Amino acid sequence: MSEQNTLEYAATAPAFGRLHLWGKLLWPALALAILLAIDGICIRGFFSVSIVQGRLTGTLVDIFRYGAPVTVLSVGMTFVLATGGVDLSVGAIMALAGAIAAKAAMPASLNGMGMSPGAGIAIALLVSVLAGMWNGMSVAWLGMQPIVATLVLMVAGRGIARLCIGAANVPLSGTIWTALHNPHLTLPTAPIIVLVVAIIAGLLTRATSIGLFIEALGGNPVASRYAGVRVGLITFMVYVFCGLCAGIAGIISSADVMIANASSTGMYMELDAILAVVIGGTALTGGRFSLIGSLIGALLIQTLQTTLIYKVPIQQTLVIKAIVVLAVCLLQSAEFRRKSVAVCARIGLSRTRKAAAQVAS
Amino acid sequence: MKKLRLDQRHVPLAATLVVCVLLYVLTGFQYPSFFSPLVLADLFSDNARLGIAALGSTFVILSGGIDLSVASVMALATMFMAAAVERFHLHPAIAIVFTLLVGSGVGYLNGALIHFFDLPPFLVTLATLFLARGCCFLISMSPVAAESPFFQSFGEAGLHLGTITLHLGTIVFAGVAIACIYAAHFTRFGRTVYAMGGNEQAARLMGLPVGKTKILVYVFGGLTAALAGIMAMANIPSGDPLNYLGQELDVIAAVVIGGTVLTGGVGYLAGTVLGVLILGIMQDFITFGNRDAAWTQITTGLLLFVFVAMQTILSRWKPRARNSIVGRPLLPSPGTPGEG
Repeated sequence: MSEQNTLEYAATAPAFGRLHLWGKLLWPALALAILLAIDGICIRGFFSVSIVQGRLTGTLVDIFRYGAPVTVLSVGMTFVLATGGVDLSVGAIMALAGAIAAKAAMPASLNGMGMSPGAGIAIALLVSVLAGMWNGMSVAWLGMQPIVATLVLMVAGRGIARLCIGAANVPLSGTIWTALHNPHLTLPTAPIIVLVVAIIAGLLTRATSIGLFIEALGGNPVASRYAGVRVGLITFMVYVFCGLCAGIAGIISSADVMIANASSTGMYMELDAILAVVIGGTALTGGRFSLIGSLIGALLIQTLQTTLIYKVPIQQTLVIKAIVVLAVCLLQSAEFRRKSVAVCARIGLSRTRKAAAQVAS
Repeated sequence: MKKLRLDQRHVPLAATLVVCVLLYVLTGFQYPSFFSPLVLADLFSDNARLGIAALGSTFVILSGGIDLSVASVMALATMFMAAAVERFHLHPAIAIVFTLLVGSGVGYLNGALIHFFDLPPFLVTLATLFLARGCCFLISMSPVAAESPFFQSFGEAGLHLGTITLHLGTIVFAGVAIACIYAAHFTRFGRTVYAMGGNEQAARLMGLPVGKTKILVYVFGGLTAALAGIMAMANIPSGDPLNYLGQELDVIAAVVIGGTVLTGGVGYLAGTVLGVLILGIMQDFITFGNRDAAWTQITTGLLLFVFVAMQTILSRWKPRARNSIVGRPLLPSPGTPGEG
């Protein structure tokens, strides 16, 4: 009997969730469309894409290319936020991944390990998975609060990275790095990697019941445990996957500049990733997530950044970003909607007064 | 015998004290010059900035919130001071007043958004982190030096006690610490902060002024961050938009190592002072031994892990502990606020 109920719920819940999320996706998608429209009008040749020396170039391609790290981070972060947690350490793991890859590939005479660049990248990804396991272990089994548990690696991760390669820039070289940086292909590599990761993540969560379990434990961990969901294991895996995504992001962003740096790689990236996920309609409280929303959120952030670079120095874009964060938060706040409706009603707009009456009832 | 037994909620504070003393003695044995009173005085004055900001942040965390904007507000304070003195030729004393107002203003913005619109503190203070940092760059893209004789006397001011000098920073740090301990344990404001950190709903139902207190807590956080920035001007009289990048972590780490639980409601202001000292001694240990500065970050992370793991395990010991949330049941009763 109860099993049948669970099965019925399992069958209907994702469909209902998706319906609900499409409504939520409207706002970020609309914001992205408006931003692109403004860009198209104000910036000459914003949409022009051409092939130069066999490579696709243009502002739109740049958005996809330089937005790749934050996009892949937001994929991993989506699931973490959906469980009601947060991972603050992704920026540090990015730096760590770049540092490990550089250290492994340095010749032994320079205190390196003298491996091939490819093996270096593999080890870097392995280390980021280990870092994710550390986070997952602290949260799932030690029962630490996610903010503090990941704060540990956020502080220590950069220290370990600096211990590996020092404070200076370390240049990266090798065919695999060139292939990541600027391949002799029509399409840039980084967005393709991100797309593959996103598709795998989407299939893993939405084509199986893992996504449902994640949402269930984000909604109510105790109830999910009683319902037979392996809460600990799923929480652990979510952080491991987030760590892996951070590692990939670190490799991509190091390849962007062909340099590994312990302090500048991934600085404030964790905040961008969380922002992208929240813009995409995943609540910080957990219980529901939208992968497509996160992808749109990441693109929105990168488009905004690219747009602003035309007008203001990159450091000053922080002010605009702050305003966007606040605007998004306010739009998603039920309290803000209720209050603004009430204010409109007080001013005396009859239509909103009706709406206020509805809200009140 | 009963009086000698350690109360459960004093265990984190006691552990912090033990670690602090152990670290001090250990460093002293490793580097004998460390025991000199001069180094001790420097320990306080070097960490005054971090300490003042951490004390303000402790209230925010005790109330169940978090303030990520501390470091940016500190940087904004130095930039604002330097620009006011250098560009608008204000007297530094007047500039200090304006800077404190700016800090409180950012704090008020945090508190008002969190309270009136019921937004998560994490996101709001993240936005003000960006905002304050961006405003630094709006003031100037490069460091601004404030050349005024005032700053020189500011840096040299202090109490001379024989060979050692208590710098102005140390005195202000001590003053703020005493004021904070008093406010937390002996005033209605402090009790409200503890109560709402323990259970906001219950605090509201008890008729406590939760909204007002919440805004005040963030205003105080912003004010202390600005004060910390001003105190830093005594050492280096200039503003740099890149100052204190990522130091919000040090502030939070100091508070957590001091035994305050991040879910709110449990912790001591005195613990934060000890947490700051632990970080300071560790920093000294690393610089005295000429070790890589990277070790500071790694040991801070490790200490953070050990302390939080200890808190988590302690809270599970509690016979009446509710599941999942760390340390929630350790709410001090309003009648006997923090005997410690």
